[in-house]
Amino acid sequence: MLESSLQQLGSALRARQISSVELTQLYLDRIASLNPKLNAYITVQPEVSLALAREADARLAAGNADTLTGIPIAQKDIFCAKGWLTTCGSKMLHNFVSPYDAHVIEQFNRAGAVNLGKTNMDEFAMGSSNETSYFGTVKNPWDTTRVPGGSSGGTAAAVAARLCAAATGTDTGGSIRQPAALCGISGLKPTYGVCSRYGIIAFASSLDQAGPMGRSAEDLALMLNAMAGFDERDSTSLQRDKEDYARDLNKPLDGLRIGLPKEFFAEGLGSDVAQAVEAAIAEYKKLGATVVEISLPNSRLSVPVYYVLAPAEASSNLSRFDGVRYGYRAPEYGDLADMYEKSRAQGFGAEVKRRIMIGTYVLSHGYYDAYYLQAQKIRRLIAQDFTEAFRQCDVIMGPTSPSTAFKLGEKGDDPVQMYLSDIYTIAVNLAGLPGMSIPCGFGENNMPVGLQIIGNYFDEARMLGVAHQYQLATDWHSRAPQGL
Amino acid sequence: MLLTNADVRKVASLARLAMSEAEIETARLQLSGIFALIAKMQAVDTQGIEPMSHAQDMAQRLREDVVTETNQRELFQAIAPQVEAGLYLVPQVIE
Repeated sequence: MLESSLQQLGSALRARQISSVELTQLYLDRIASLNPKLNAYITVQPEVSLALAREADARLAAGNADTLTGIPIAQKDIFCAKGWLTTCGSKMLHNFVSPYDAHVIEQFNRAGAVNLGKTNMDEFAMGSSNETSYFGTVKNPWDTTRVPGGSSGGTAAAVAARLCAAATGTDTGGSIRQPAALCGISGLKPTYGVCSRYGIIAFASSLDQAGPMGRSAEDLALMLNAMAGFDERDSTSLQRDKEDYARDLNKPLDGLRIGLPKEFFAEGLGSDVAQAVEAAIAEYKKLGATVVEISLPNSRLSVPVYYVLAPAEASSNLSRFDGVRYGYRAPEYGDLADMYEKSRAQGFGAEVKRRIMIGTYVLSHGYYDAYYLQAQKIRRLIAQDFTEAFRQCDVIMGPTSPSTAFKLGEKGDDPVQMYLSDIYTIAVNLAGLPGMSIPCGFGENNMPVGLQIIGNYFDEARMLGVAHQYQLATDWHSRAPQGL
Repeated sequence: MLLTNADVRKVASLARLAMSEAEIETARLQLSGIFALIAKMQAVDTQGIEPMSHAQDMAQRLREDVVTETNQRELFQAIAPQVEAGLYLVPQVIE
């Protein structure tokens, strides 16, 4: 059961070969035995999940089940879910039981999926190693002395360790793709605006996007079918016709043009990662694709641009945490300003405070043009590079991350080194394009390597097909960590 | 760019973050490193480039000016640090 695809699980549930309660219990038992070692979940509520499973079983018995009805899905702890502790990995929200559901959660509820629990993450999604979580670091299931990546590190570890059938993530600068790469799973960040941001605790609103993480591209397609959709409560939600993201899964790759950005294969890329990615490109050629070298000349600026824009938006979004309406309030304080300052100083961790400070600085009087406006202009140059590139190719491929999973604590004291681990993923968020990562082999110390696939706007179905055809020809995606 | 402790203190105050002198010193060093990374942007010629504020070129949707939310005061205040008689309590602001 643990290795079954979502399609297979759905069929088994609808054929009544297994009940949702049995399947949910199977995962809850695994979580009980393995989570103390991995720390992938912040919250599980077995009784709540089993109640949802019973409802799903009733729906299955009545014959009106959907694709995901009865399937246990984990949710990143950034998604507000009614009656669930929703911490965003922060002490600031350590006691926040959400009074409402995010749109994505509503969509899963409507589909009859079982909420299996809330997964660990970097605090407010700010991090690339899951080490900034107030609830402790997540361990990489392939080597528990290494990081799972971040910020959706708990989700990535949970999927890799078979602690859920599939799960959700969010990606502001690489937070779905980088942990997917480091944990050897598949993950997709859709085009900006495809999934509603309503009820997702905001980090950088012009970049934040939710997406699915799972064991195969096929599973991601079914997940995205449930997650995507217009929602009027998100002012940037896109009004588009409902589409079936699984429609191109079986399309042959003959004539597919793959663009390889020369900047992604230059200095800074680990040789083990380069080797695995090149082998994947060779496999794609065997499947009928052709390769063209492209250039994204401004992509080298994506990290500096991102570290102006994302903190600027974060400093504004996180101003809502003031110890008045919800969340943490300092136990002792004097006047109102003192209460704000102490509550925020005690409630936020070091990385979050750092980003708030960067954002406050670049938006402050006298610096706006030099930083924020300049970053927005270069953002356009970065986006234009992609527009130009997609005239020559259908998809862009390269590494997801410059290295495989690093050791816990290895980059702890150097924020700049940590920021550079997202060097290949950030440009995609700045442009608003869809991007995914799929496993394509193993590097040093037998740690997984991710292949990044970047598509043009709204090209998710094609990208999923491109990934699925590779997964039919190879078995990297079905490898599971041993000896947990 | 050289950040001083006074700069950091000012930013911390604008951001409503209480910081000790030791924390300010650490923050200054780390922020200086980050701003050195960000400084790479400054060499780029962006004359005539329109700033890109958003990934999608879209207009803001409008809706009728009608009430869409129901009153859920009790539900929302159940998770507040301190409330009384339906009001959020904070330290006294006006003497």
